[in-house]
Amino acid sequence: MKLISKAYELMDNKLIRAGVLAAIFLIVASFPLYFNNHYINIMLIAMFYMLLALGLNVIVGYTGLCDLGYAAKFAIGAYTTGILVNVFEWSFWLTLPVSIAVSIVIAVIIGAPTLKLRSDYLAIVTLGFAEIVRITARNLSITGAASGLHGITRPELFGFRLTSFTHWFYVYLVLIVIFIIISFRIRHSRFGRALAFIREDEDAAQAMGVNTVLYKLYAYILGAVLGGITGSFYAVQMTSISPNSFDFTQSVNVLLAVILGGMGKIPGVIIGAAFFAIFPEIFRDIPFVGDMRMLFFGLLLVVVMINRPQGLWPDRLRANDKLPDKI
Amino acid sequence: MFTIWELILQQTVNGLILGSFYALVALGYSMVYGIIKLLNFAHGDIFMVGAFVCFASFGVVSAALPGWPGIVISIVIAMIIAGIVGYLTQRFAYRPLIKAAAPRLSLLITAIGVSLIIYNAVMVITSSRTYFFQSGIEAAPLFQAGMFRLTDIQVILLTISASLMAGLTLMIKKTMVGKAMRAIALDRDTCRLMGINVNKIIGVTFFIGSALAAIASGMYNILYVNVSFSMGYMFGIKAFTAAVIGGIGSIPGAMLGGLLLGLLEAIGTQFVGSQWKDVFAFGLLIVILIFRPNGLMGKTEIERM
Repeated sequence: MKLISKAYELMDNKLIRAGVLAAIFLIVASFPLYFNNHYINIMLIAMFYMLLALGLNVIVGYTGLCDLGYAAKFAIGAYTTGILVNVFEWSFWLTLPVSIAVSIVIAVIIGAPTLKLRSDYLAIVTLGFAEIVRITARNLSITGAASGLHGITRPELFGFRLTSFTHWFYVYLVLIVIFIIISFRIRHSRFGRALAFIREDEDAAQAMGVNTVLYKLYAYILGAVLGGITGSFYAVQMTSISPNSFDFTQSVNVLLAVILGGMGKIPGVIIGAAFFAIFPEIFRDIPFVGDMRMLFFGLLLVVVMINRPQGLWPDRLRANDKLPDKI
Repeated sequence: MFTIWELILQQTVNGLILGSFYALVALGYSMVYGIIKLLNFAHGDIFMVGAFVCFASFGVVSAALPGWPGIVISIVIAMIIAGIVGYLTQRFAYRPLIKAAAPRLSLLITAIGVSLIIYNAVMVITSSRTYFFQSGIEAAPLFQAGMFRLTDIQVILLTISASLMAGLTLMIKKTMVGKAMRAIALDRDTCRLMGINVNKIIGVTFFIGSALAAIASGMYNILYVNVSFSMGYMFGIKAFTAAVIGGIGSIPGAMLGGLLLGLLEAIGTQFVGSQWKDVFAFGLLIVILIFRPNGLMGKTEIERM
């Protein structure tokens, strides 16, 4: 406990914090120098999960809403980009604003009616909507039906085509840094504090004049947009997408990363995402563990919720703080 | 000219039967939601456990008692075991959280965890295989007109479902346990002060809900034959959808929602195509939530802690 408070105190110093973050960034940025493509590929998967987890974190971690269909958000981004690039031959970069716009529209359609109601309706509506998206993608010809879209053209950046694993490593790294900055800025803004208030006690927040429905909707839209952007990049990085990339398991994996990692705490969420991306890669070939892993995660989820609902990443405790009382 | 009406009639009967299965499972969701405000995500998996227990016990029992007697006995065994599983999930996963007055998000996530546990445990135990439930019962047509055929199995299943729903309604309306359930749904703390054993009643609710799901799964086995670890996921979500459509927390609402959903699915499958049938269910859910957020029979209620 002492150690954790000390660490948090140290990080309060702007210089030390900048130094630590720069060091982490430089170490991560130099990974392509020592690792071969096999490992870089696994890292890409991990980074992709980190982006999703950071997006979902705004909805689940910051606002305390439950979204069980996050896969649909990145499916929408991925298909928007895939169709525009493949069928209409747009440049990838032009598809990004479209993908953001589509994400916003969809988030409003789903969020506006549901967020006025009990918050747990959102869970089932997002889940149902994710199924609708997946089934629609599987049955329409413009989305390539069950086999999906193939041969999506990779984008150019300053006249330079992004093809190798290393290129994408840096694209994702830059995206992660941007997402972290967005998350951090939100967390420490008036808007972020309102979200935290809603998460902790919605009635009290409302009584204090926070427009809870509107703020929940903003948070939901923001999460959807981050997911949509991630999906757009995913489509051009993989060059092929199919309905199976967006099933319920994906949504659950991202949700597990956010919840077990640390519900609103950025480092926790990132480590959680890395863990859930890499774990199956390591244990896939070990027969027993491979099959049992979701069983184990389910158990872990129940145990963590009962004993440590704030997630595994340690909370900051100030000198005269007690452990947070349960209400 | 006539065939189209015969088809619609046939699909109506099919839809009513499927709908009554949805309704029985939806009742479990609705009762649990009414009493502890939990979207019990694992309920669909309880349905699946019921189907497997019924399948396994029928495998043993059918040698001595083939046909209906064997099926009835295996469904009873399935009820008891599914009820116990449902009770255990409540006892070990939800009760500690309810006791600590944990936020509803934690409860919901725990339910997802419980669902993952049951789903994957059954997947490992059954090595991901799909089994076929051979009831050995031949359907005898009671009534036939062109494309329309009403069999004795259909009539029996509908009768069982209807009497179960009537029985449950009576139980909730007339018995002490039912009264206690309704009271806890209104105000848990006051009930405790009035000397109601709240934990016990919550346990009973889980047991009854799970047993109803097990009966539904046993009857589902007779008609739809396939038994696999993944059968509960989509079925459970749709049953929950049915509960929301009817108005969550409302018992007649869950029945109405289930029947409506079953009808919509059967008729939609006939005229639009089976690949879209899940889209109807969730589309209807979203439409209902937009225009009638408390469901068809739910009471207007303001969310309070």
